[in-house]
Amino acid sequence: MSTDTIVSLPDQSTARVPKVNFLSKENGLLSWLLTGDHKRIAILYLISITFFFFIGGALAGLIRLELLTPQSDLMATDTYNKVFTMHGIIMIFFFLVPSVPATLGNFFIPMMIGAKDLALPKINLLSWYLYMAAGILALYTMMTGGVDTGWTFTTPLSTHYVNTNVLTTGVAVFIAGFSSIFTGLNFIVTIHKMRAPGMTWFRLPLFVWAHYAASILMVLGTPVLAIAIVLVALERTMGIGVFDPTKGGDPILFQHLFWFYSHPAVYIMILPGMGVISETISTFSRKRVFGYTAVAFSSVAIAVFGFFVWAHHMFIMGISNYSMLVFSLLTMLVAVPSAIKIFNWAFTLYKGSITFETPMLYTFGFMGLFTIGGLTGVFLGTSGTDIHLTETYFIVAHFHFVMVGGMLMAFLAGVHFWWPKMTGRMYPEKISQLAAVVTFIGFNLTFFPQFILGTLGMPRRYASYPAEFQILNVFSTAGATILGVGYLLPVLYLTWSLKYGAIAGNNPWQATGLEWQTQSPPLTENFPEIPIMDHEAYDYEWLDGQKEKEVVIVG
Amino acid sequence: MARKKKRWSLSDRPVIVTGVAEGAHHEHLPYQRHHFETIAQQNDATNFAMWLFLLTEIMFFGGLFTAYLIYRNWYYPAFVSASHQLSIPLGGVNTLLLICSSFTMAMGVWSAEMKKKGALVLCLILTFILGTGFLGIKTVEYGEKIEKHHVPGIHYSLNSFLYPDSDEAARVAKDHALPLDMARHTEIYFFLYFAMTGMHALHMIIGVAILAFMIARAQAGAYTTGHVTFVENFGLYWHFVDIVWIFLFPLLYLISRH
Repeated sequence: MSTDTIVSLPDQSTARVPKVNFLSKENGLLSWLLTGDHKRIAILYLISITFFFFIGGALAGLIRLELLTPQSDLMATDTYNKVFTMHGIIMIFFFLVPSVPATLGNFFIPMMIGAKDLALPKINLLSWYLYMAAGILALYTMMTGGVDTGWTFTTPLSTHYVNTNVLTTGVAVFIAGFSSIFTGLNFIVTIHKMRAPGMTWFRLPLFVWAHYAASILMVLGTPVLAIAIVLVALERTMGIGVFDPTKGGDPILFQHLFWFYSHPAVYIMILPGMGVISETISTFSRKRVFGYTAVAFSSVAIAVFGFFVWAHHMFIMGISNYSMLVFSLLTMLVAVPSAIKIFNWAFTLYKGSITFETPMLYTFGFMGLFTIGGLTGVFLGTSGTDIHLTETYFIVAHFHFVMVGGMLMAFLAGVHFWWPKMTGRMYPEKISQLAAVVTFIGFNLTFFPQFILGTLGMPRRYASYPAEFQILNVFSTAGATILGVGYLLPVLYLTWSLKYGAIAGNNPWQATGLEWQTQSPPLTENFPEIPIMDHEAYDYEWLDGQKEKEVVIVG
Repeated sequence: MARKKKRWSLSDRPVIVTGVAEGAHHEHLPYQRHHFETIAQQNDATNFAMWLFLLTEIMFFGGLFTAYLIYRNWYYPAFVSASHQLSIPLGGVNTLLLICSSFTMAMGVWSAEMKKKGALVLCLILTFILGTGFLGIKTVEYGEKIEKHHVPGIHYSLNSFLYPDSDEAARVAKDHALPLDMARHTEIYFFLYFAMTGMHALHMIIGVAILAFMIARAQAGAYTTGHVTFVENFGLYWHFVDIVWIFLFPLLYLISRH
């Protein structure tokens, strides 16, 4: 910790944002709606997912307000069911799944591998349109009565017992799934076929490796969700009997098909976040990521193991003791690659020159919260404790520690880290550090009490609860308020910085990735000429060498 | 501090664009899109994307095949009796049609590569006819099921399985009457039959529609300029749909015929 900051900005009195860049190249709404530029599509995605995040967030706020008191007094119990269902569906399918891949991944994967664009720009744009169509359909569903099955569409509840908009929601999720498939497919093709000369697999930034692993999951897992939803729709409309025990069908089959996607889906959500963390942790401790190869392969290992643990969601649903044993064991296995990542990041910090800019604060938040979330996952993967803890607030807390504490922190770390590259301007440092701290405090206050509530036995998905749980619920609701402030702040100051932020220059963080070696915001074709990669990833000595050369040229 | 214009290069080595890339860059064939360095890279990338897409299709059908395997294991007698309601001659002809259409499609890709416009158009038209023929026969088969009330849902009828003597197909296959409990599970078989062949037919319809589009374009000379990726990738799709049928035919029609 020899220096306070690594930020190096150009002289503000003379610096200008480059006149020619991907934002200024064309003007008008159509130039955005018909664009093939991966950077513009990323911006479109960033705006849309932020919109859906705040809708999902507002619903979360309603849930916490209802749970402020033990009685179901703010809304009717039916309404409560719809609110938590829509919260889950919007947050998972319209925020978490596309969050990092469709925004930061879309923007930076081509730049990191030295390409001009993703391999299939039209498919990329199509994926955004599918996402928007699905999102609007989901909102329409919400306005016209909503859906109350929970985001899991559990049969036979979803097929036989509820009268809400299961079909339209199903169609929305189906379409959103194809949007995600196209994103993943595009990434895999791009990473395989579009790398710049000299950019070998083991020179790829770990961000790219993480996205590669997540893309495999998107491509292989999502179609299974699609077929599961088609079957639910057929069962509901025509009564075909596939999940209906009275006709010989088996509702457990739905669970298998659903979780075959939806467990890997949590890795679709977290892996890109882990990619962000690898970048920030290296940049802000000025060291190559410790055990590069191990971290790269642990991403792939998570993707592979992730496909063989789905039944741990079904321990109380009547699967056999033997499958419980096997799936329990496999679930423990998936903790290993996650731990490899955490340990390697910790070793990257060791003897590094650490500085505490905002992205790094979010990164620390990620490491702590993800570790708690991950370890409580081991409790839940153990069949014995799972039977006690499942369907309680322990699950809710575990999931939110990983997804909100982990993924959302990583997303915010990434957005702050690459903001100067995307917009050409810095965000204001002090207030954003404050936002990071507020988020961390608010998060812990919201979700830590839920672990305790869970072990005490408070069930999830009810609008009312016994009075003795109230104190912890009040903590949780208070925390949610703080958390809301923590999420609103970045929207305000990031928007502000678009006009008033300091000029960032090419490489404000002194980072090594190819994306930092070109102007900010980048040109439409990313680089003036296709770069040639002649060094390893995270090679800070190479970067220092570059700087010395620059000085010579200037002299 | 004077702002310097930084030369873009990762090291002091000048940026060398390799020979092939350089050539292609200057010529820039009309169908090469701007973000690819070479046409070979473009073809590679699109073919690879097509293979990946087919992989997602396998996973999509995989869900149905899983359901099939489980229920066939549980309700084997019901599956046998229900499969006797399908017409093997019709299914067999359809299999033949599809295999022929795969051949004509492969010849179409070859003609495109050889820049033979007439042959390409002919092959595409043949493929189109064979594909439409398949769908026509499928319609006849579906019609039969509707007449016999073998479509799952509220109108589903168990008569053919409870009283096999009343049903010609069951008589021919010498089916025994199933107990009510097992007979009810024939509905699951027919659901799977309709879901799997229906999903397959949907892919066929999409394929035939694209074929019609391609015939028009091929007559305008679109695929015989040396840029055959589209025909090639469509060929992959068509073969894939064909292969799915090759699995469906024995699984649905030939359960007890060995």
